[in-house]
Amino acid sequence: MIIILTSKLIKNSNKGSLVTSGTKKRPDGRAFDEMRHLKIEAGVLERADGSSYVEIGDNKVLAAVYGPRELYVRRLLKPNMAILRCRYNMAPFSVEDRKRPGPDRRSIEISKITAEALNPAVFLEKFPRSTIDVFIEVLQAEGGTRCAGITAASVALADAGIPMRDMVAACAAGKSEGQVVMDLSEWEDKEGEADLPIAMMPRTGDITLLQMDGHLTSDEFEKALDLAIKGCQIISEEQKNAIKNRYGD
Amino acid sequence: MLLIEDKQIVVPGEILAEGDYHSGRGTFKDVDKVCSSLVGLVAVRDKKISVIPLQSKYIPKRGDVVIGKISDIRFSMWELDINSPYSGILPAAEVFGKEKRELNRAFDVGDVLFLRVVDVDEVKKVKLGLKGRGLGKFRGGILIHITPTKVPRLIGKKGSMINMIKDQTRCEVVVGQNGVVWVKGKPEMERVVQKVVKTIEEEAHTSGLTDRIRDMLLEILGEGKEKTEDVKKEEDEFKEELIQ
Repeated sequence: MIIILTSKLIKNSNKGSLVTSGTKKRPDGRAFDEMRHLKIEAGVLERADGSSYVEIGDNKVLAAVYGPRELYVRRLLKPNMAILRCRYNMAPFSVEDRKRPGPDRRSIEISKITAEALNPAVFLEKFPRSTIDVFIEVLQAEGGTRCAGITAASVALADAGIPMRDMVAACAAGKSEGQVVMDLSEWEDKEGEADLPIAMMPRTGDITLLQMDGHLTSDEFEKALDLAIKGCQIISEEQKNAIKNRYGD
Repeated sequence: MLLIEDKQIVVPGEILAEGDYHSGRGTFKDVDKVCSSLVGLVAVRDKKISVIPLQSKYIPKRGDVVIGKISDIRFSMWELDINSPYSGILPAAEVFGKEKRELNRAFDVGDVLFLRVVDVDEVKKVKLGLKGRGLGKFRGGILIHITPTKVPRLIGKKGSMINMIKDQTRCEVVVGQNGVVWVKGKPEMERVVQKVVKTIEEEAHTSGLTDRIRDMLLEILGEGKEKTEDVKKEEDEFKEELIQ
C-alpha cells in the first residue's frame, strides 16, 4: 500500500526550528541534520534508454531504465496503462562478506517497494499495454541503499524521457545513540535504535514510501520524518542538477 | 505568471507557470499551475506552454512513414519491429492482393522495409502498408537508431540537413519517423554518415547545428581524400621499388 500524506506535514515541518537539543557529533563527524556527500550523474549507460549513477556516502548505485517496451508476459499486461517492473540487486562484492548472488528475501522486498514508490509519479496511462523496466544495481553498500536506489531510478526514468508528475527522491532518518539523525550510515543503521526511510514527490509533498524499523516515540517520529523530508528536498535539488548538467554545457 | 524562459531545459515536476496558462504537449496541469512532465526544452506560444522532449519512444500514428525489420512470419501476416513499444503487422493482403502465396518467398525474417502506418486501433495494433511512393524492401545498407523526437532536426528545414549529408557523402539516406535511419553507399561513407547522425542526435538541442555539421563533414571528407592520395603515393613507391 502506498501511504500518501498531504502537504500539511511539510508546512508543519517548515514552521519553527527542527531538532535543537542534544546536537553532539555523530561517529563519522557529521551534524545531526547533515547528509553524506552526494553525487548524481545521468545518462551513464550507452545501451539503456535512461540511466543514472548515484553516490551517497560510500553507497554506489547504478540504475538503468528500458522502455516503454513491448510486454511479452500476457497475464501482466494492463489494457489501460503500462506496468512498472523493478529489480533491485546487490553485487556480490558490494558488502564486506561476499553476498550470495541472486534475489533473496530482502532484495525481493526492496524491488517491490521501489516499484510502488515510483508508481504514483509516472504517467503510466500514456503507454497502455507496455512495460517500463527499471534495474537497480548496488555496486557498493554503506547503509541506505534502498533510498539511493529509488533516487537513482527516478533520475534514470527522467533520462529515458518517461513522463512523470515529479521526480521521486528518497532519504532516510532515524535514531542513533539517543539522537534523531538524518541519512543514516551503515553503522548507525545497524547499531542505532531506529531507521525510517521515506520516498516523496517534493513538489506536492506526497510521500510514496514510508517504512520504519525499530522504536521511536511519536515525538521522535515527527522529528525523524521532518529530517527525512528535508533530506529528500536536498536530494531532489541534486537530481534536477544532474539532469540539467547532462544537456547543459 | 511565467516562471521559465523560452527554450530553457526543464525537468519533470518543474513548475513552468502559474495562473492563466494552457498546458500543451509534455506538460500537465495541477490546479492552477502548469508543470513539466518531461526532460526537454520549453516552448511558449502565446498562453500555451509545451515541452519538447529530448528523449522519447516512438508512438505509432496513422500516416507516419517508418522503417521496420521483420521479426516473425505468421499465417497471413508479417510481424515487424518498428522501434516502438508496439510491434507492427503487415497483412499479406497488402503485398499480394487477394491471392495467397508463401509469405517467406516475398519477405523473410530480418528483411528491412520502408512502410506506412495504415491504422492504429484501440488495442494498439499497428497495421502497416506498403502502398505508396518509395515504400518497399531495402537491399544492403546499414541502420542507425536515433531518438524519434530528433528526426525533424536530422531532416532540417525543408530537408537542408539531410540533403547536405546526401550530397557530401553520395549515400542514399532514408529517415523513418520512428527514428530508424537507413544508409547505403560506400562502406566508409556509411560510417561517416553514422558518425554525423549520432553527432546530430547528441547536439540536437543546440543552435547553429547545420553549419557545424557542414564543417564536420568537410573536415572528415577532406581528411579522407588526403589519406587515399597518400596511400596511392605509397603504393606507387612500392611498385617502383619492386621494379627496381
